[in-house]
Amino acid sequence: MASLELKNIVKRYKSQTVLDNLSLTVADGETLVLFGPSGAGKTVLLRLVAGVVDPDEGKILIGGEDMTDVDAEFRGVGMAFQNFALFPHMTAFDNIATPLQARHSSQSTIKAGVESVAKLLKIGHVLSHRPRALSNGQKQRTALARALVGAPPLLLLDDPLRNVDAKLRFEMRLELPRLLADRGATVVYVTQDYKEAMALGDRIAVMSQGVIKQLGTPEQIYREPANIEIARLFGDPTINLLDVKPSRDTRGIYVGLSNVQVHLPGTYEAAVGRDCVIGLRPEALSFVDEGTPGAIPVTVEAETPLNEKIVTLVRTVRGREILVSRPAGTPGQTEGKAHIAVDSKSALLFDHASGERIGSTNVVSLRNGEAA
Amino acid sequence: MEHTSLLERILRGAALTLVVIFFMFPIVWIFMMSFQTNETILRIPPQLVFEPTLANYTALITGKLTTASGTLDIAFMRNLWNSVFLSTTSVAVALLLGVPAAYAFARHKFRGSEDIAFTLLSFRFAPALLVLLPLTLYFQKLGLANTYIGLIWVYQLICLPLILWIVRGYFEDIPADIEYAYRIAGHSWFATFRKIALPLAGPGIAAAGLLAFIFAWNNFVFALVLASADKQPVTVGALAFITSSGIQYGQISAAIVLSITPTLALALYAQRYLVEGLSLGAVKG
Repeated sequence: MASLELKNIVKRYKSQTVLDNLSLTVADGETLVLFGPSGAGKTVLLRLVAGVVDPDEGKILIGGEDMTDVDAEFRGVGMAFQNFALFPHMTAFDNIATPLQARHSSQSTIKAGVESVAKLLKIGHVLSHRPRALSNGQKQRTALARALVGAPPLLLLDDPLRNVDAKLRFEMRLELPRLLADRGATVVYVTQDYKEAMALGDRIAVMSQGVIKQLGTPEQIYREPANIEIARLFGDPTINLLDVKPSRDTRGIYVGLSNVQVHLPGTYEAAVGRDCVIGLRPEALSFVDEGTPGAIPVTVEAETPLNEKIVTLVRTVRGREILVSRPAGTPGQTEGKAHIAVDSKSALLFDHASGERIGSTNVVSLRNGEAA
Repeated sequence: MEHTSLLERILRGAALTLVVIFFMFPIVWIFMMSFQTNETILRIPPQLVFEPTLANYTALITGKLTTASGTLDIAFMRNLWNSVFLSTTSVAVALLLGVPAAYAFARHKFRGSEDIAFTLLSFRFAPALLVLLPLTLYFQKLGLANTYIGLIWVYQLICLPLILWIVRGYFEDIPADIEYAYRIAGHSWFATFRKIALPLAGPGIAAAGLLAFIFAWNNFVFALVLASADKQPVTVGALAFITSSGIQYGQISAAIVLSITPTLALALYAQRYLVEGLSLGAVKG
């Protein structure tokens, strides 16, 4: 078992700083998801931990031991690569066996180890095939099996579902959490898919431009994103973002949406009179009858059924476009004039200039590794 | 089976035949000449029908060259052995030195690595004759002139840059992640080099080795200047057929046939392996 601790990691490539004074702690047995757009530095971070890239500054501790200057083969981590990185001249069996061979395990131990992990991942029947004879899904499972077979205390998974088809990705998204939990290993999982991040992570670290912008549970990231960028990245359909300028009246702070005053619960004193952006999740909006208090008149523009939910694009009287989401099978307006209501409890308020979230609630915001 | 018109097939056949005749003619003609005497070779007009003789081959193998002005001793078989020995050893040494160096240049960008690699390549830019004069003087001082070691050393000028640059490209084509994966699995860098990089660059190494062998085999000027009769390869040894009583075309042809046989055999053998290997290289990850 091993915890992972990164202290003030800096990595530069030529003049470009890829990781900027980044600190992060992953508890023993925890699954941490590194989430962010490409170029955020997620993969570099993973490679630093694996030991195939050296940091310019900072320390890497695995299980409390300083591993910063230790070569990759002595770190005892398991890693699955986004491009699978299978050895093309070896069979799937030999590919999976390499971590066991490195320990000079006996032939029978190797055989038993490979076969049990292959059975777990349902690739037992293709063990004699070379990588080029495997389907993408089988390649991905072989790569995963190779990372798992040695039962490493620290598992690094670099977007392992990126190159597999949607159906398999969905299956693996269900399977992986159980698989990882059974192993009891500490996991660092890199992904660009927010659903994967939400499904797999005990905690999610949202990275952008070499720093961790926010670190928290999936729930926290979704409900209380640190800034507009993160709010936009999590959620499908994406969050509605509207420019507003909050004001105050006797009932509290409110924003004007199409001449309707929407009062915001919570303490937004600091936002009054400032240029802000309000973030409304499509599922926080619902169609209501005309005359309902707080109902905003809109025109229905288009409707898209997305399996379990129906997304409607509506236009307000001031011409702003808003997405409204409702569970499939529930009634809604399909065309013409309609009215929508806002569940203001889940509304998010951001500063227009900085993009930072404004609010009093317990947002876990990390900048340069310091907990706010 | 795709359908092609009869005319198209005939035209294609004719075109192929023309190409084959054009490229194979010198070889075939030399092959035929090697079974003729000088008189039949020099007949005008040349004739395709002749009485074959093995005299040329016997002369080469026994080392006795009978000309109009008497019997000459020629060291052709000795030359052939020299060629085999020099080329094989040179390529072996170049592979031993060049392949690890190529790996280093491909994977580890150290200070001045590009400059060193380019310097090694630049050995191929210098005209051989320009290098030879100072080299001869040095070799005589060092006692390396007219030794196998000296020749093999000089042959590195031919083989090493070739192997280094070709193999480097093959190493660079191996995705670094594959090697990282093997390291992370718990293997040392040397094991990674041996078990991952070498097998995956295998076809490239074979191709570079073959090419270096052919270049070394065909080398003329280094051996001409730096080696005396008993160390000379066939390329230089062939000069012995220009005798005071004329050029021995029959023996030259027989000598050519004998001396291209090893490289031809090697190329034919390696070709299958090369094609197989190259198609392996096309599949990545």
